[in-house]
Amino acid sequence: MQRSPWRRLVGLAYLAPALFFVLAFTVYPLLQMAWMSLHNWSLITPPSFVGLANYRRAFTDHQFWVSFLFTLEYTAIITPILMIGGYLLALLTVRNTPLRRFTRTVVFIPVVIGLGVSSLLWYWLFSTDFGLANRFLLDLGVIDEPVLWLGVDADVSNLAITTSVVWKVIGFGMILFVGAIQAIPTEITEAAQVDGAGPVQRVRRVILPLTMRTVLLVTLISVIGSLLAFDQFYIMTAGQPQNETATSVFYVYLNSFPYLKLGYGAALSMVLTVTILAFTVLQLALTKRSQS
Amino acid sequence: MTGGRAKYLIGAVCIAISTVMLLPLVVSVLASLKPTEEAAASPPTYVPHGLSFDSYARLWQYQQGLPTYLFNSLGTALLTIALTLLLTVPAAYALARFPVPGKEVFFVILLLALIVPYQALLTPMFLTFARMQLTNTLLGLAVLHTAIQLPFSLYILRNSFAAVPLELEEAAIVDGSSSWQALRFVFLPSTRPAIVTVALFAFIMSWNEFLGALVMMSRSSTFTLPLILATSRTETSLGGTDWGMLQAGITISIIPCVLVYLLLQRYYVSGLMSGAVK
Repeated sequence: MQRSPWRRLVGLAYLAPALFFVLAFTVYPLLQMAWMSLHNWSLITPPSFVGLANYRRAFTDHQFWVSFLFTLEYTAIITPILMIGGYLLALLTVRNTPLRRFTRTVVFIPVVIGLGVSSLLWYWLFSTDFGLANRFLLDLGVIDEPVLWLGVDADVSNLAITTSVVWKVIGFGMILFVGAIQAIPTEITEAAQVDGAGPVQRVRRVILPLTMRTVLLVTLISVIGSLLAFDQFYIMTAGQPQNETATSVFYVYLNSFPYLKLGYGAALSMVLTVTILAFTVLQLALTKRSQS
Repeated sequence: MTGGRAKYLIGAVCIAISTVMLLPLVVSVLASLKPTEEAAASPPTYVPHGLSFDSYARLWQYQQGLPTYLFNSLGTALLTIALTLLLTVPAAYALARFPVPGKEVFFVILLLALIVPYQALLTPMFLTFARMQLTNTLLGLAVLHTAIQLPFSLYILRNSFAAVPLELEEAAIVDGSSSWQALRFVFLPSTRPAIVTVALFAFIMSWNEFLGALVMMSRSSTFTLPLILATSRTETSLGGTDWGMLQAGITISIIPCVLVYLLLQRYYVSGLMSGAVK
């Protein structure tokens, strides 16, 4: 082996481009965002220092709370559906028979297509006059007249969008749960079977506890994804009615780009980042506890 | 026992679920093949009465033309793959095999990059990019996509580099190979699955990404496929939304992702597993 100081230098040289990239395009923007959040800045006028005024403004900004609470509501509704649905799908398809493998592949297909594109697809399906959702429900006799799915009522819009996103991402949890369940040694599940445990008990007492780490991890990924929701709302409702379905990221986007309130947008971004960090820390703490 | 009946029940449930999951894709592809008038009909038909490629023809000529948007999407995705690999392969090598000073600090920074959502960083990034004249360029969008993809990619690759047996590397060094030759002839061949996985994820993320492209690209000649499709809903020659053309665009956007996934399923799933089981 070559001398150590030389290898240190060579190692550093290999690492340097990635290091520089992360500093330039992640760390620097993060610092800049913190700085911007303390300034009043609209691109046209030069930035002026305003201290914490942008943060104080957020707390009294009605739309900030509407967006924040709507995002939380959306997350609270979709997360259990994705977790329970994904887990049931995993239990259904965990064994490696051709039909189950096929089902797994099919359920996973929407995960690889874009959220933007899938939102456009469902925007069409839920279109009042041209969409197949209304046509189908009318033919079934479930509804008497076409429903205005998107952008008229916040709850109806949320229902339609949640449906589309469940279709889009439920396979993600399923695939990871299948991996976790398959990793359980067969002796353990067989032993439970010999002990007379029925299927439900086997899941509750053996399979679920042994895959808890993965469940918590997928929950974390899913919660963060939902807290950062944008594409589906931007495309399917454009935040309507009256920005009631404008999520947190949507509101950051609105302030930063169309309105060009850069300082305020940065402050909202900071709040968003801290929220995500808090959820991550909380979730990691839970994961640690479940292991010990 | 219940075996026989349960087996049929499970089979039926699997088929039902597969049908429900495939249905939106199938009706979208079918709608893209409807003749112009039928595609604009209200209420819509389930199955096309006639087949035509009119919607694709309209998409082909829409605004700057489909080839431009395909070029933008594909160009950005390929640049993202290239940048991601160029940055993360050497970095993974360094982190796995060299006594780099300050390694721990770098890991903390990476973890930070993994947690801080890029959605929050878009405003400062936009300003930096505007100064560097990177907005409205494929390279700029690719840089953004690389920044999104870098922590995950580096994590996957570092683990893969660390798993290469030491004896292989030592044998190369005894033979007088430089670290660069060891990388080329020992590490790159043995970490190929991880490299394919990283490239695959970078492609799918970049091809599909929406918000970053929306922020960075304001000139319609630089739009990626999802952007022009989202825009096309309001601006078509037919007055209202051209639903047939939209479905044609959706179909074209979906095909590469599904193809790549079906062909490289093994890499995709293993990547998810190793990325998730930290």
